Amino acid sequence: MGDAFLTRLDGPAPEAAVARDIARRAVPAAPAFVLLGLAMGGVDGGISALYALAIVVGNLVLAAALMAGAARISVALLMGAALFGFLLRLGLVFVAVMAVRDASWMHLPSLGITLIVAHLGLLFWEMRYVSLSLAHPGLKPGRRSTTVPSRQHEESIVR
Amino acid sequence: MGVIQTAVQLATETTAEAGTAALTAADQKGISGAASAGYAYGLAAIGPGIGIGYLVGQAVSAMARQPEAAGMVRTTMFLGIAFTEALALIGFVVFILLKFV
Repeated sequence: MGDAFLTRLDGPAPEAAVARDIARRAVPAAPAFVLLGLAMGGVDGGISALYALAIVVGNLVLAAALMAGAARISVALLMGAALFGFLLRLGLVFVAVMAVRDASWMHLPSLGITLIVAHLGLLFWEMRYVSLSLAHPGLKPGRRSTTVPSRQHEESIVR
Repeated sequence: MGVIQTAVQLATETTAEAGTAALTAADQKGISGAASAGYAYGLAAIGPGIGIGYLVGQAVSAMARQPEAAGMVRTTMFLGIAFTEALALIGFVVFILLKFV
């Protein structure tokens, strides 16, 4: 039992790498979300969608920072950071939305839809890379594999 | 002293009656809607909380058993937490859409 309080995970933090990847992928995905917002609520919708994307990325980066920092101290703190971090981040998302809900540029349906779609979309995009790199380290899905998997790629998975 | 007590009592009753009379059916509907949205948001956060607790507990257990796989476990744990958190975000979005739109 005492080990859980003393054991710490030194070295590189995979959470930070995953969050960095997600933040990097949010940049090319941003125009798509802005277009979605524009279609739903005009210019206000586009700005709201961008704000929602910033909330999603900030939320994931904060989660990674909390967990990476806690893991360097102890595993028990990692558990605490994951659970109380969940509450903290949920509260921060609430505050971030409530703070601007009466703003002139706010379009709540665009913000809400973008929050869900961006969160899930970016995670699925990242999961595609993570799952493949965990199964086959060093191998990443290329442009070709998104449409028709190449024979080499299939063979590498079979092996 | 008795006069003051009676005056306070009368004032309280009058205020309460005025408050009740001021609440129309639309107001009551709005209040109950806001309360329901709040309950929905709170209830939507319970499930992910349980899920994240279970997920992190199992991940820490896995890291204790196989410290050499800690990197892989932490990566999948982080993604799992983020996916579980999406449920709470959906609850939050339903809350703001019900309450403010």
